[in-house]
Amino acid sequence: MYEKDGEKYFVVDGHIHFWDGSDENCKNKYGHQFIECFYGYSSALTPPEYLWDYKKYQKYTEADVMHDVFEIGYADHAILNSVHLWDFFHHGFDREADAWALTQNAGGKITMNGTWDARDGDEGIKQLEADAKRFDLQGVKIYTAAWKGDSRGFKMSDPEAYRYLEKCQELGIKNIHVHKGPTLTPLDKDAFDVSDIDHCATDFQDLNFIVEHCGLPRLEDFCWIATQEANVYAGLSVVMPFIHTRPHYFGDVIGELLYWLDEDRLIFSSDYALWQPKWLIEKFVDFNYFPDQTEYPELTTDVKKKILGLNVAKLYPKTITVPEQFQLSAAEPVLQP
Amino acid sequence: MTAQMTSLDAEVMSALSTVVDPELDEPITDLGFVRSIILDDLGVEVHLRLPTSFCSPNFAYLMASDAMDALRLMPGGGVVRVMLDDHHDSDKINLGLATDAGYRGTFGNEAHEDLEELRATFKRKAHIASMERSCMQMLQRGTWTLEELPLLELRDLPDCAKTKSLVRRRAAIGLPTAPDSRVLVDGDGVAIPERDVPLRLRMAATTRRSIEGNAHFCRGLLATRYAGSQEIDAITGPVITDLRSGA
Repeated sequence: MYEKDGEKYFVVDGHIHFWDGSDENCKNKYGHQFIECFYGYSSALTPPEYLWDYKKYQKYTEADVMHDVFEIGYADHAILNSVHLWDFFHHGFDREADAWALTQNAGGKITMNGTWDARDGDEGIKQLEADAKRFDLQGVKIYTAAWKGDSRGFKMSDPEAYRYLEKCQELGIKNIHVHKGPTLTPLDKDAFDVSDIDHCATDFQDLNFIVEHCGLPRLEDFCWIATQEANVYAGLSVVMPFIHTRPHYFGDVIGELLYWLDEDRLIFSSDYALWQPKWLIEKFVDFNYFPDQTEYPELTTDVKKKILGLNVAKLYPKTITVPEQFQLSAAEPVLQP
Repeated sequence: MTAQMTSLDAEVMSALSTVVDPELDEPITDLGFVRSIILDDLGVEVHLRLPTSFCSPNFAYLMASDAMDALRLMPGGGVVRVMLDDHHDSDKINLGLATDAGYRGTFGNEAHEDLEELRATFKRKAHIASMERSCMQMLQRGTWTLEELPLLELRDLPDCAKTKSLVRRRAAIGLPTAPDSRVLVDGDGVAIPERDVPLRLRMAATTRRSIEGNAHFCRGLLATRYAGSQEIDAITGPVITDLRSGA
């Protein structure tokens, strides 16, 4: 819970990690480059007082997560999302066993999502069934850019991916978090193309597609698709930290998303440990558009409350209950003459 | 001799400044992507660098091969070598460039077609962003209204950098550049009907902001990646080494 100026905000961090990018876990130079690249993102957009040293960043502890996300990070709940990246890391980037232990130790404050890879065939389907049962999955995180042997990624519109989406429907896994990143199949297409989300969101109307990083760097393509597909959500991981280094640009992105989508489909997330949630939340609650940003829908306290927690809470009803005191006050009823 | 050397440096930089990051729509020289230039008796060697090791290899290849082409057009440049440093596909791309393997030869099975379609997509986006800047300029001046905008022609635009850049981007995607050409057109040059103008202009603004924002992000990442390295930051420009025997 975060409180400022008499307003109380129920906070759900929509996307955190518990990764292992240590040297011991890196399988090859790509693993090293991957975690170095993450650290670059973190360093470029973090206020200096919040930046970790590289060793800690590579592998942090359960106590770090509890402290940073919940004790000082204001979160009432967090969604733990991560992926294996077997081609880069010996024991998986997401350290699944540790993540599950963290989830169980967190006293109901963490929802852990699963993952699948469309190229894993029947084995993968079986694994998904087992994971759904074991972790009581409500969601999955998909990383279409994962390498697998000669393949450098897949698309959410591939028939193989549809098989997994059908399985998600069957298992009641409603929330499909998709990281849109540099998939390379085929290499010559726009590497960050979000058009595959257009296809699967149309064909799977009862699933929710949370596009992490809201399609950046293809914000315009994402907005165009999300305008037409009501089950597409904007995950604000990576967008949030611009509030510090590029607040005007941050205002533009939030404003554009509110303009093309609506206030019910934006979801706060820190992408921890890429960024620390504490300062993101504080700055977001204080944030206002710049004087020249006049064409965007208002960023009211109610809108901020939705973005910071109420929107995503609706997607995870099994594990997240919003206490009455945090609900938005109902609008005054309009009296009929 | 000195004058001659200086002029070759300048020529190399000038040639490289014609190479544009297709996505960010800015010259690689302004973005700090040129890491170093070595001049020797054989010719010119240029090293490029990018903001992350996972930048899209197709864009990386486009810029590196464009740099190669631009330098080869330079008279007196000698043998041209272009290398991409610190990228997950550096070895593959550098081998492809050194052997003139072309895009498909470089990437083999991963590449299905050539890169022209991808390049065209980003040229169209660059045009849309530029068109929006020009249209907004006219609206802000109060000389044109939103309703009148479909009639706006190139000759109505002021003689300024925005207009020049619009004309250049139109030419790049084969749109007419005659004075009586309509400004507000889609990627195929078809005039946008009045009823669609507000929506299309609004989406064009989103496109422009997206491109501008990406450029900020990439500059920030590049500066972080190479901060504290012995070499250069993005501001001071590439390290130029002259090994020519006359030097």
